[in-house]
Amino acid sequence: MKFDTPATKNPIDRLAVVGQPVDRIDGPLKTTGTARYAYEHHDAVAHPAYGYVVGAGIAKGTIRSMDLADAKASPGVLAIVTADNAGPLGKGDKNTALLLGGPKIEHYHQAIALVVAESFEQARSAARRIHVDYAREPGAFDLARARDSAVKPGTGKPDSAVGDFDGAFAAAAVKLDATYTTPDQSHAMMEPHASTALWDGDKLVIWTSNQMVAWGVADVAKTLGIPKEKVHLMSPFIGGGFGGKLFVRADAILAALGARAAKRPVKVALPRPLMFNNTTHRPATIQRIRLGATREGKLTAIAHESWSGDLPGGKPETAVDQTRLLYAGANRMTALRLAELDLAEANAMRAPGEAPGLMALEIAIDEMAQKLGIDPIQFRIANDTQVDPEHPERPFSKRRLIDCLNVGAEKFGWKARNPRPASTRDGRWLAGLGVAAAFRNNLVTKSGARVRLGKDGIVTVETDMTDIGTGSYTIIAQTAAEMMGVPLHRVVVRLGDSDYPVSSGSGGQWGGNSSTAGVYAACTKLREAVVAKLGLAGEAEFVDGRVRAGGRDVALADAAKGGELVAEDAMEYGDLAERYQQSTFGAHFVEVRVDAATGETRVKRMLAVCAAGRILNPKTARSQVIGAMTMGVGAALSEHLVVDRNAGFFVNHDLAGYEVPVHADIPHLDVVFLDETDPMSSPMKAKGIAELGICGVAAAVANAIHHATGIRVRDYPITLDKLLDRLPPSTDA
Amino acid sequence: MKPFTYERATSTAQAAARAASVPGAKFVAGGTNLLDLMKIEIETPAHLIDVNGLDLAKIEPTPDGGLRVGALVRNTDLAADARVRRDYPVLARALLAGASPQLRNRATTAGNLLQRTRCPYFYDPDQPCNKREPGSGCAALAGYRRMHAIVGTSDACIAAHPSDMAVAMRVLDAQVETIRADGTTRSLPLADLHRLPGSTPHLETTLDAGELVTAVVLPPPPGGVHVYRKVRDRASYAFALVSVALVRQADGSGRVALGGVAPKPWRSEEAERALASDPQAVVDGLLKDARTSPDNAFKLTLARRTLDAAIADARSSR
Amino acid sequence: MNESDAIDPSRRDALVFGRDLLLGGAAARWAGPSPAQAATANDPQAPVTVKLTLRVNGTAKSLALDTRTTLLDALREHLHLTGTKKGCDHGQCGACTVIAGGRRINACLSLAVMHDGDEITTIEGLGAPGHLHPMQAAFVRHDAYQCGYCTPGQICSSVAMLEELRRGIPSHAGADVAAAPTATPDELRERMSGNICRCGAYSNIIDAIGEVAGVRT
Repeated sequence: MKFDTPATKNPIDRLAVVGQPVDRIDGPLKTTGTARYAYEHHDAVAHPAYGYVVGAGIAKGTIRSMDLADAKASPGVLAIVTADNAGPLGKGDKNTALLLGGPKIEHYHQAIALVVAESFEQARSAARRIHVDYAREPGAFDLARARDSAVKPGTGKPDSAVGDFDGAFAAAAVKLDATYTTPDQSHAMMEPHASTALWDGDKLVIWTSNQMVAWGVADVAKTLGIPKEKVHLMSPFIGGGFGGKLFVRADAILAALGARAAKRPVKVALPRPLMFNNTTHRPATIQRIRLGATREGKLTAIAHESWSGDLPGGKPETAVDQTRLLYAGANRMTALRLAELDLAEANAMRAPGEAPGLMALEIAIDEMAQKLGIDPIQFRIANDTQVDPEHPERPFSKRRLIDCLNVGAEKFGWKARNPRPASTRDGRWLAGLGVAAAFRNNLVTKSGARVRLGKDGIVTVETDMTDIGTGSYTIIAQTAAEMMGVPLHRVVVRLGDSDYPVSSGSGGQWGGNSSTAGVYAACTKLREAVVAKLGLAGEAEFVDGRVRAGGRDVALADAAKGGELVAEDAMEYGDLAERYQQSTFGAHFVEVRVDAATGETRVKRMLAVCAAGRILNPKTARSQVIGAMTMGVGAALSEHLVVDRNAGFFVNHDLAGYEVPVHADIPHLDVVFLDETDPMSSPMKAKGIAELGICGVAAAVANAIHHATGIRVRDYPITLDKLLDRLPPSTDA
Repeated sequence: MKPFTYERATSTAQAAARAASVPGAKFVAGGTNLLDLMKIEIETPAHLIDVNGLDLAKIEPTPDGGLRVGALVRNTDLAADARVRRDYPVLARALLAGASPQLRNRATTAGNLLQRTRCPYFYDPDQPCNKREPGSGCAALAGYRRMHAIVGTSDACIAAHPSDMAVAMRVLDAQVETIRADGTTRSLPLADLHRLPGSTPHLETTLDAGELVTAVVLPPPPGGVHVYRKVRDRASYAFALVSVALVRQADGSGRVALGGVAPKPWRSEEAERALASDPQAVVDGLLKDARTSPDNAFKLTLARRTLDAAIADARSSR
Repeated sequence: MNESDAIDPSRRDALVFGRDLLLGGAAARWAGPSPAQAATANDPQAPVTVKLTLRVNGTAKSLALDTRTTLLDALREHLHLTGTKKGCDHGQCGACTVIAGGRRINACLSLAVMHDGDEITTIEGLGAPGHLHPMQAAFVRHDAYQCGYCTPGQICSSVAMLEELRRGIPSHAGADVAAAPTATPDELRERMSGNICRCGAYSNIIDAIGEVAGVRT
């Protein structure tokens, strides 16, 4: 099915099931520990051997020699896989560095061996008996130092320019020129990357924790040098991804190689302390923002430049993306520059581009509003645009940023805020309120599904779509229930299996809208098959397990009496996304307390107001937003992969050293969804929501800290040491 | 983790004797730090002596009005003890500021004292570390030092002691009771339990081989107002950047110990004499030989401000 | 999964099983050859096997395990109770929270052999699809999870946590450490802080626990 004209009225608009805040259909499995994750398929794999990954102990150089004798002689060891004995391996299209390194080492903790043994304990112990002699080479690890060597990247659209920025900035009555930094961050999902692999003849069967099944199949096949048809990849439950499981990682490739070498099913989970340097991360950025405005508060000049680093062949963090679209302003430029760094692979993490970009931009806007003496909400409203500022002929499909700001201001009690920084005291605490705009582009992508109508009237959906905690199982079931006119419990959803039609997968907040649109397409086809089978004429209505058309009213299940009906289709997209700018919008409001003595910041209240098209399930959508807000608090206050600039690695590579928020850091969170549909996005009229929720959060926290303390920190995370010297004297505390 | 044999101790004397005579033997109680380290082979015992069955889990009054806390009293139970909460609230507070409820349910009094540093380089076998591998060097010196000690350090090691409980016990003048391999017992001030790193950072305590901590004795309650102020990045389940244990008397005098700044709980009885008259002089005295890096120089300011805040807390709670 | 599977000798290699036989059926309180023998044992890398019994969710489970096996791996890999999750294996996340002897602990930082004879309650022991424990049902109602990986740990932790509150165990959140604690939202948050949820379901988790505890959050 092709979606190339704006959506009109369709069966989804009935909203009998879609749009309802139903409980997740996989909830009983998840809450009872019966959902099976990649390392847990004991039912299917009776006696797996255990693989333990060895990571490189240097950041850059070569392996001179590797002594496996002790490890091989260790009890229980079945096989040891290294680059030396693995046979020729390719590199996945989505990988920057090799997943099995050696002799060349590209980054710290790059996998260099897998030890396979009868038990986990034996494999772990033997892994320590591998002795490696390295020849180290100097590397580049410090973005600030590498900044001057950064180049214009060869991919994407690194530069944009409209009007005369330099002239307008020079002439502007009020100017801001500030540099912001965001640190390297880790996805730190709770389930480590894990895989269970076995060979059925020349066919690889692999359970792995992966967001993108089809990409996974392609890159497993390419890396191992086998046809895609010989890879059966399953990822039914994923213990969090956030972009860190978009791509095949070492656990999958090494499990497959280990299983081949040991002639046994093998399972591999990355040890937590290995994950931070072995897998991908969100790269650090340095961002320079220049704003010029009239005294009345109209932006006339906007420039945003961002520097980030990656391994050779890698990509930049596209931190300027939102600046091309978020505010009006006739004269503007953006630029991305990429430096080569020998740290682990930089790649997508929840809202790549916008998340770090808004961390900078939305402080800059707050700073400019302060300079102008204008309320930061009013300043944003005054510079709203309803068209793509670089291409004014392109309107936004829907853009309700102003509504988000106004609704939020009202609900959060913004009016009561004393605009003067450091003006409110609450006992030992300095109190402050901050706001930031949220913006994330909406992406749509082809997605397929197969739908079966069984003799019993059960509707079964099969698609390789994944549920990484996003609620895919549930919203897909809701979509099928709505389309086929059956109650939710009459729908079975099967996901995450490469035997099923290729879907959008989960990433870039494209999954919810795209995958349900694919189910819509398949259901449309099934409806046609049902109508034909039942010999109905005219427009058919599917309600309450019945099909009504042309004055007849037949049980849906009757259509499958003679045998199951199966329909498969995919939703594909025309050029609506080119003709209309599709984005999602929101506003984040944060109230903080900063300890007047110690500078510890604690979040007291938070509110997000989102305008993101139709909300398919307000309950699961709200969860996406509060989860993103929580991650945004981490980004604001504590998350920081610290680079050891001598040895070239992330030092704090475990969950004690890399501090993500805990319960005590997060208050009750409020979310408001504006009632909206976007007919340009898909027949679902929905858009992404999961990444919008993090966009702008950290800046709202930073702005609240500024409001509380009068201290402007432009260097994330905003830890107490950055406030300490400028707090009021502690004897006043 | 290397293979090990395992036994359950039958008596304190037997346990100590076995620990001294069996090569590579170690005691295990809560195991929350030992197992953590065994998994990455920073600890490689060949034999584990499980002391959990020993009769060391009681909290009893001492004849002079203090409390004798058995070595196996779990952190949760010590913090929940009514006498501790009433008479030694700085200790209850410190315990509750540490780790997580799950860890406190397992972790023991002795184990908490004997836990090892959380220096990330110590925890990374691919990095040089004099504590882990004497003579290999210290990667932290030129590396990331935000969580590290600023006093009591050496050119060989700048690791901080991670315990909160020990800081409170230090301010309470706790004594540590032990039994040695030959069956003799002794009592030593907690102040003397931990060594400074000097040139031998792998030697962390003054205990002999096989010596088993059996109890921590708290002297009679010191009175005054007790404050334990722990400063950290996230609000819970994190190690201290700086912590202050304060016992303040009505006249403003009292005792102060710092956590997060040194290889052991950091207190100076001499410096704290100034507490009533000039609290900042206490911090000056405690941190006078501080050696900082750009990463952790803030601890100097933070320690001052946290002591001020603790004093303010103490004042306002009376 | 039945008990005989769990000690299937075919899963052990001959050497390990040989070491096991050395035990001569000794009580589980004692494992391996005597330490003197260990010192002269031919291979210090050879695993030491010990027999033990865990009383898991009310059922005695006899196992022969490498002494190095954590309680977590005993549950997941030997008893196939994979509801208890391995998030970090180092006591830094709480995904492995189980209730042992009535207390919530991190199963990753405990050896199985140290729990010989102990009563262990895992998420599977609280409820199953179709007959959920009230806390499990509250988590479903409040959408107090996303990816589900930390969820069993959160639920086991919260059930034990409410019992700790009932018993008057204090926490860092209480203003007066000597006073009996009350179940305020801030108390619940502090007491649940040993369970990390990277999906960020905290706000909903506290709502779910609050509902079970009768606390307005």
